[in-house]
Amino acid sequence: MNVVESMPPPPKPDLITVNIDGRDVAVPKGTNAIEAARLVGVDVPFYCYHPKLSVVGNCRMCLIEIGMPAVDPATKAPIMDPATGKQRINWIPRPQIGCATNASPGLHIRTNTPQIKDCREGVMEFLLINHPLDCPICDQAGECKLQEQATGYGRGYSRFIEQKVVKPKRTQLGPRVTLDDERCILCSRCIRFCKEIARDDVLGFIDRGSYSTLTCYPGKKLTNNYSLNTVDICPVGALTSTDFRFKMRVWFLKQTNSIDTESSVGANTVVWSREGIIYRITPRRNDEVNDTWMSDSGRELYKQVRSSDRLTAIRVNGIDSSLDVAVQAAAELIRASAGAVAVVGSGRSSVEEQFLTHKLAKLLQAPAGIVSRVGEGDGILISADRNPNVRGALVTGLIQGLPQPKLERLAAGIDAGTIRTVVAINEDLVAAGLTPAQLAKVAIVYLGTHVQPTTAAARVVIPTLTVFEKSGTFVNQQFRLQKFAKAVPGPAGASDDLVALSRLLAALGGGAIPSEINALWSLMAEEVPALKTIAFGRVPATGLQLDPAPWAGLPYVEGETLHYKPAP
Amino acid sequence: MAVIQVERKPLTFAERTYVPQIIAGLVTTWKHLVRRKDTLQYPEQRPAIPPGYRGVPTLVRDPNGREKCVSCQLCEFVCPPKAIRITPGEIPLDAPHAHVERAPQAFDIDMLRCIYCGMCQEVCPEEAIFLQQQYSMSGYTREEFVNNKARLYELGGTLPDQHFKWDKKKSAEERGNEH
Repeated sequence: MNVVESMPPPPKPDLITVNIDGRDVAVPKGTNAIEAARLVGVDVPFYCYHPKLSVVGNCRMCLIEIGMPAVDPATKAPIMDPATGKQRINWIPRPQIGCATNASPGLHIRTNTPQIKDCREGVMEFLLINHPLDCPICDQAGECKLQEQATGYGRGYSRFIEQKVVKPKRTQLGPRVTLDDERCILCSRCIRFCKEIARDDVLGFIDRGSYSTLTCYPGKKLTNNYSLNTVDICPVGALTSTDFRFKMRVWFLKQTNSIDTESSVGANTVVWSREGIIYRITPRRNDEVNDTWMSDSGRELYKQVRSSDRLTAIRVNGIDSSLDVAVQAAAELIRASAGAVAVVGSGRSSVEEQFLTHKLAKLLQAPAGIVSRVGEGDGILISADRNPNVRGALVTGLIQGLPQPKLERLAAGIDAGTIRTVVAINEDLVAAGLTPAQLAKVAIVYLGTHVQPTTAAARVVIPTLTVFEKSGTFVNQQFRLQKFAKAVPGPAGASDDLVALSRLLAALGGGAIPSEINALWSLMAEEVPALKTIAFGRVPATGLQLDPAPWAGLPYVEGETLHYKPAP
Repeated sequence: MAVIQVERKPLTFAERTYVPQIIAGLVTTWKHLVRRKDTLQYPEQRPAIPPGYRGVPTLVRDPNGREKCVSCQLCEFVCPPKAIRITPGEIPLDAPHAHVERAPQAFDIDMLRCIYCGMCQEVCPEEAIFLQQQYSMSGYTREEFVNNKARLYELGGTLPDQHFKWDKKKSAEERGNEH
């Protein structure tokens, strides 16, 4: 099995040459002028253009001068300029919008002429006419395109002495989005997003001219599970997240790359934290997985970190203890019922943890499985498989086939008395179909993050970390290996899953297995065929595609989502 | 190093009598007896504070009693010794100044960290934080040196406002869409 860097090589794009500010650059035919300029490091400012939405061209900020090489209309022979000896360029006398200009052979673009400078200053001045001086109370301050481009391309002072138009402020568009209409610059990105991506057409403009106002259609609310993406793409502070509103300034927040764990889509995210507290989660662009979007439900997952039901004390038989004692107690429980141990892994554990879980199960010659978690897919960025890492368990060999929703074989084993100890890793056995009576019959060693019925019944409880507090990798539905990084430190009392598992393995005579992730990966690269040649440090931020062929025939539960088509 | 022998000058007669030196010294003493005093009977007497003096940073209210700080956290960002710590909050919809939307829930300035540089006053877009004339802080514990929001407003009091930006905004809102 080999790792393929990118799935099938994309067909070679039809490259053409365009000239931007005097520099020739080869771009695929039809490339947008803004994107082409970005390729040569020329910044064309814009508000309404978004690479993943349709082009409307209503902000007029991306004005550029364009021209084509002159040819004789009759003979089609190039007309040369005697002064330079090159072909003459016929410049269009008025500026054109860059977002709606597609690259064609020989296209010439100028972005640095006095006319363009005047245009940008004029557009900025008109946009700022009715824009309130809200920056001190505006959540967008610090990541506001209007602030950035007023600094970069504005005239620097205001000539406006009249009164600004008053519009509704602090309006609730939906349960999670707050709208301030005065700040809106009418770019219509949110309208296009709802129509084109969320497929829930609820937003629109009413009234005319400077009174134009963004609002919901009568009787409708912005309630869909992707509503917070409108907050992300809003170039100004008109749409703000009700949850993040007035919580913290963005310039204080540290950004950490992470992965959305709510389903096997594995949307790429950024976790924003300050001093060990997470304030928000936003999507991170990955054109192969989630474009620039993520679900609202995925953004709320950070609340589990500081929830009141977090496990923070290592407990052995209900008494607070230390990791060493807990690991020894667990090892004794497991040794006492040798041959009658079962391991319940999790599809929410990282690839590394599943690798160690698999090693543990192999060492004990115990049956191992994970619990399936199936919901309804929404066809966009939430798939039917609500475990983020079932494919990881397949890759590491923890499971051979797809998991069952209920642990029926384990339940039967407990009833028959052939299972006397269960090692449960971040899975609630009651939710997985075991009855409290069955739990009472066995000794449970539990590693997990939150209080569950299983933790009350467990003999040994070792609190572990959530996805935001550790580093690791998941394998998503496309068999794409994606890594997440530690954003905040874990609570006092919680141990890293890898440390707890490797200590348990060592206590059971499994030898010294590194718990440091890079060292563990070199071991995994040796032992797991699908991960050969991969090092953790070299997994790109947007993930690494694994070869799905060995597991191609399995009846996966996922339906179609944004960049995933199930095998027919 | 060569050793240079320096010859000591012999004292004159006047110098040997030591009288001119005693008189010169006493002149200085007598001058100070009659001169205006430089020392103050601190703490009963306090020095006059010149305008522009940078004392303890304080929060102020506008003449209508509105707290001017909107917790934009620029002072917290700019503060070189990281003495300022703000928890922003939202003004409830039924409050008299609800149209300002944002106010600090908590505002702490650690005076053991503060270096009295005045950057917070300079950066404040709402003219809410001022280094006024209070210069002496005393206390028995470290906690006493952390000025909380209530203490900051008590120290700051009310300062005249030139702009009444938010009042203008509210009256425009009440008049409706006006060009």
